[in-house]
Amino acid sequence: MSKLDDDAFTRVRIILMHGLGQGLNRFLHMAARFNGDIREPLARVRRSSHHMQTMTNWLLPPDDSPIETTIGYEQVAIEVTASVAQHEPDDYLAQNYRFGLLEDFDHLYRYSALLDRLEGKDPNNILQSYTDIAPGRPTWFEHRDPADDLRTPYDRNTAHPLSKLHALTIYTAEYQTRDFYMTVGPMYTDPVARAMYAEIASMEEQHVTQYESMVDPNETWLEKWLLHHGMMVYNYYSCMQYEENPRIKAIWERCLDYQLGQLQVAMKHFKDIERRDPEEILPKDIPEPINFTAHRDFIRKVLEEEVELTAYGHEFMHKDKAPPNNRSDQYRDYMNKDGSPTEIMAEGYQWRPGTEVTAEQPLRKAL
Amino acid sequence: MPKTPTTNPGTNRTGLQASPMDAKDLEQIAGKGPSPDCEGLELNTLRGRYAKEMNTIGSVPPPGSMKGMATTGMEMLKGHKPTVFIDKLGERLAFERTGVRMYEALLIKHDALGSWDGGPTRQDLVELHNDELEHFNLVKETMKRLGADPTSMTPSADMTAVEAMGPAKVITDLRTTMPQALHAILVLEDTDVEGWKLLIELADSIGQNSLAERFREAEQVEERHQQKVRQWLSSAVLADAQNELGTQGRA
Repeated sequence: MSKLDDDAFTRVRIILMHGLGQGLNRFLHMAARFNGDIREPLARVRRSSHHMQTMTNWLLPPDDSPIETTIGYEQVAIEVTASVAQHEPDDYLAQNYRFGLLEDFDHLYRYSALLDRLEGKDPNNILQSYTDIAPGRPTWFEHRDPADDLRTPYDRNTAHPLSKLHALTIYTAEYQTRDFYMTVGPMYTDPVARAMYAEIASMEEQHVTQYESMVDPNETWLEKWLLHHGMMVYNYYSCMQYEENPRIKAIWERCLDYQLGQLQVAMKHFKDIERRDPEEILPKDIPEPINFTAHRDFIRKVLEEEVELTAYGHEFMHKDKAPPNNRSDQYRDYMNKDGSPTEIMAEGYQWRPGTEVTAEQPLRKAL
Repeated sequence: MPKTPTTNPGTNRTGLQASPMDAKDLEQIAGKGPSPDCEGLELNTLRGRYAKEMNTIGSVPPPGSMKGMATTGMEMLKGHKPTVFIDKLGERLAFERTGVRMYEALLIKHDALGSWDGGPTRQDLVELHNDELEHFNLVKETMKRLGADPTSMTPSADMTAVEAMGPAKVITDLRTTMPQALHAILVLEDTDVEGWKLLIELADSIGQNSLAERFREAEQVEERHQQKVRQWLSSAVLADAQNELGTQGRA
């Protein structure tokens, strides 16, 4: 894609589909370790999906700096999660998405400060005015005890199929975000940038924990296999619906065809081994696609109403309602005892068109 | 914590001489005879094919929407291809802005590590920082007057940002010494001088003589930056060779 001429949502779709491909690959490997009888079909499907993932991820423009790509990752986390939160049929799960969304929203603000202050660039060149750059739930406050990141899973027998596809989508997308930050973080020379990536990667690990825990752990391996391909079909289909670049639209269409083929393989094994009908698991019709457009109004509303929430156990509550000095308070205090890199980086930062250098005053010669 | 100069001998393990036994074994498999003729490699044929097939990195935005085309500024460029000028203005805008950030990073290094006889003072670095800021504002105002969008990233702005990535990494690495960082900023200052020269030539060629005059002033300031940085750098390297740099500047 072209960094300058393509729509920002083309980058969003590329990053998303790479993340989902990574999640599928991770699942297929794990499944092979526990299911010796289907090792070969898993290996075949995996090889083909690996190459699809490569085709997708290599569409990213090489003139993006790693921070610019990071800005793209956060735009995915914000806009795709916002779409999912609005379409999610289950209220509790929707609340989870809104909760995570406000944290990624804050990460975007912090990384924007980094891009401006380290490279002297405007993050809006990447975001193309679709997404606000402002504080969300402060990153330093997002540290939680692991037990407070676990959620009540949906029930595999009663959950809406779309809820299952949503959970897998956001879980795998966040997993890739965590992995990306863990990979590029040490490539920075600036020590505060390195520390910031370490801090936000820790939050992404929490998000992976949260979204993973929403999925019913009693689903069988084969159910999960079916759902992974269902999720890929749903997302490639969504990408195809919104893509404006004809060359890339053709790639989404091609990947959708491949994924439909892979879904057939999974369905065959599901029927042969579990003797069940895949229709028990998958939606009968393809649901309304992920909405790859700006969700500004929705996000501003959630920000206004829910930024003060915290998680305690499996539930969300206003931070003042959580028991005083609880396990997450203690963990947060410990993690922040030497300060928070994201707070330090974004001190006084306010996005303005063309970077904050546009309003910078000359330095005084004497201190 | 005082730092010893990185030019002092240490435990560097990267060369063959650091591993005399293993190196002997390794050299048994080393290539013999002349290296392949680079031009004949498939690698280059393949790259040539990509060069023909791949799209460009992108385009210049239309000048401030169609409304921008009608501004007095844009009228001034009548008869020429205005986007060439906008592209190059965008390049200088982005470069000067990054320059502001780079001198801020150098100030941090200076304040933490100090300087040496013949090295930059804090005032020197502040002056250079302020010059970059002034040049950024000059280009921003010029673009606005022409009806161009100074918040856009033009292709030349994008490319110059890619070019600056290496020097920026060296400058913002707080392990590097001041002379190492000065070497990196010299790359940027050299590029900056050339960028202004080209912009002046371009402005003159499209009849923008008064703009060219203002750019010439900026170019002369950047030439002074270039000379200063070169002097600071050479004073550090020469002093170090005489064992006179000490721990200052982390040579």
